[in-house]
Amino acid sequence: MFRTIKNMVGGLLGWTESRSGVITFVQPILTHRVPRDAKWWYVFGSASLMFFSIQVITGILLATMYVPSAAEAYSSLQYIDQQVPFGWMLRALHAWSSNAMILMVVIHMSQVFLHASFKFPRELMWMVGVLLLFCTLALAFTGQIMRWDQDAYWGLGIGAAIVDRVPMLGNQMRNVMLGGPYIGGATLSRFFALHVFVLPGLTIGLIGAHMALILKNGISEMPKPGMVVDPKTYVAEYEERIKKTGVAFMPDAAQRDMVFCGLMLIIVGFLAWYLGPVGPNGIPNPTIIDANPRPDYAFLWIFTAMALMPPQIETAVLLIAPPIVVLFLLGLPLISNRGERAPSRRPGAVVVYVLTATALGTLTWLGVVSAWSPVMDAWTSLPTPVKYLVGRTPLEMQGALVIQHSQCRNCHSLGGEGGLRGPNLDNVGSRKSWDQLVRQVQQGGGNMPAYGKNLSSAETTAVVAFMTTLRNAGAPESTIPGAMERQSSPDQAPKAVVGDVGQ
Amino acid sequence: MSCDCSNTPSDQPAQTPPPNARRGFMLKFGIGLMGIGGAIASIPIIGYAITPALKKYKNSWIDLGGTEDFPEGETRLGKFTNPNAAPTDGESAEQAVWVRSYKPAQFQVFAVNCAHLGCPVKWFQQSKLFMCPCHGGVYYEDGSHASGPPPRGLFEYKWKIVDGRLLIDAGRLPGLEQSV
Ligand code: FES
Repeated sequence: MFRTIKNMVGGLLGWTESRSGVITFVQPILTHRVPRDAKWWYVFGSASLMFFSIQVITGILLATMYVPSAAEAYSSLQYIDQQVPFGWMLRALHAWSSNAMILMVVIHMSQVFLHASFKFPRELMWMVGVLLLFCTLALAFTGQIMRWDQDAYWGLGIGAAIVDRVPMLGNQMRNVMLGGPYIGGATLSRFFALHVFVLPGLTIGLIGAHMALILKNGISEMPKPGMVVDPKTYVAEYEERIKKTGVAFMPDAAQRDMVFCGLMLIIVGFLAWYLGPVGPNGIPNPTIIDANPRPDYAFLWIFTAMALMPPQIETAVLLIAPPIVVLFLLGLPLISNRGERAPSRRPGAVVVYVLTATALGTLTWLGVVSAWSPVMDAWTSLPTPVKYLVGRTPLEMQGALVIQHSQCRNCHSLGGEGGLRGPNLDNVGSRKSWDQLVRQVQQGGGNMPAYGKNLSSAETTAVVAFMTTLRNAGAPESTIPGAMERQSSPDQAPKAVVGDVGQ
Repeated sequence: MSCDCSNTPSDQPAQTPPPNARRGFMLKFGIGLMGIGGAIASIPIIGYAITPALKKYKNSWIDLGGTEDFPEGETRLGKFTNPNAAPTDGESAEQAVWVRSYKPAQFQVFAVNCAHLGCPVKWFQQSKLFMCPCHGGVYYEDGSHASGPPPRGLFEYKWKIVDGRLLIDAGRLPGLEQSV
């Protein structure tokens, strides 16, 4: 019995093999030799591929329920979340696996950069890899649009505004991007086409090329100081070494890939179950102006850069920096394709890497905090700390009221709560004198708008009177000239206020 | 098809024209035909893809409501449906503008889209400021730039009053290249 089955299977295999050559095709892939020292550093590429496969599978399933119409996308997502069995977890898996894929791609790329694995003869592998990075990010961006919530709507608005800044053709390009003169159904449809047809197709093709190049050139060895790449002799030497000390991909390297991928998948599965799906956040109705749009993690650093860049250079940077980055990444192995690979012998590369990573990490973190954004509801939701009201005069109390209801706390915090855009006001009375405070309130300055026209002089006086009481425990009022004088003749204050308006 | 296999030039060279000449002609002919066919097919493909760049999208005059809905000295949100809306737009066809009436029958109609990168600005009556939730852009009540990254004041729509109704010229997403 057993023998018959075995014969049948063998026969079937033989039949298939003779007609398809599949075994002849797969065998060298499984048994190709990889360097013996290709250890845990080499698992991130496989993990990227695994998460991409998860994206394809979960994505196809989501497409069976998701309705890519601006009128119905939002409700179809809610339906998937709430009515479809396992729907919420499928969406969660798609979202968290996408984050994981970006992370794996970035780590993989970091390793290749730090180990200079892009050098001869693997230049093309790097270039294809760079294209795969862009595909991954484009998939993430278009995927965020699929949520068709307020983040998606205003995120598209930001994209459109950036494209709009291209000289001459900006407006036409924007209309092509949006599929019309505004963000609507046509916009969602074309991003859907990109997200489910164009980009995955491109990615699969590029992954194929990436893998074919692996088989052609072999995996690079761990870099050793002094072991230089010389295009004239490298291939022969590499093959020689691999023949002597290499091991078969299956099982020697594959087992490590499997352990790592399995572990990652368990973690992402847990995250999906524990954290749930991402969004949709708020109906994408542009008349709801209470939106607080934020991009997904992968794009927070851009969001921060937009907030912190000096406005004068912004357009230039927006239009010039991306092509430079693309050209640098693609051209890197052409600039440097020989010589040392060990990080210890390439201090310049390490510095570039550390600086880039620190910059991106810092910008992302700043984006999470986004201190530059006013806290829109601070003025209605955060009470004035009671300790700042104890023992205050009626005028000072009135000032506290004005501060509260003039939305000052949207940008300034009191007692640790409120906006971070402006300095906190907890001890502003120690930092600034009466006159300085009046000037700041009325004329603005730094990042502060001028309130000269928006507050009456009586209100300004009250605000300033209150702020001068906000001092470090036991500290005197600011001793900068003017402060003491004002204190001794407070009845003149309103006059000074009027005189200072000057507008 | 099947007979072709036994009739390859190498089998019976004598009965066929010189193989290279014929293959060369066929190849050129084929490339030519593919070229013509490709060109024909490209017309709708390219045209369809770049239509939004070629088409002139028009604004139209939209009724925001009676002028009494926008009392003097206040800034209120006006809502309308995009005149270019398609049936599949759903709620994204709804649009909003800030309407400020600063004198009797004198208005300023601002885009809600921040002049920086288009996030929705919010009006605060008490401090008389528009604040942007994205990168901290702030504007004064007359739409001029007060603080933050925006390179200019808020975009303004053209408006007119017809029979006591406030109309604005709208339809396209406001942007720097073509301010409203
Ligand atoms: S979009 Fe308003 S400040 Fe950037």
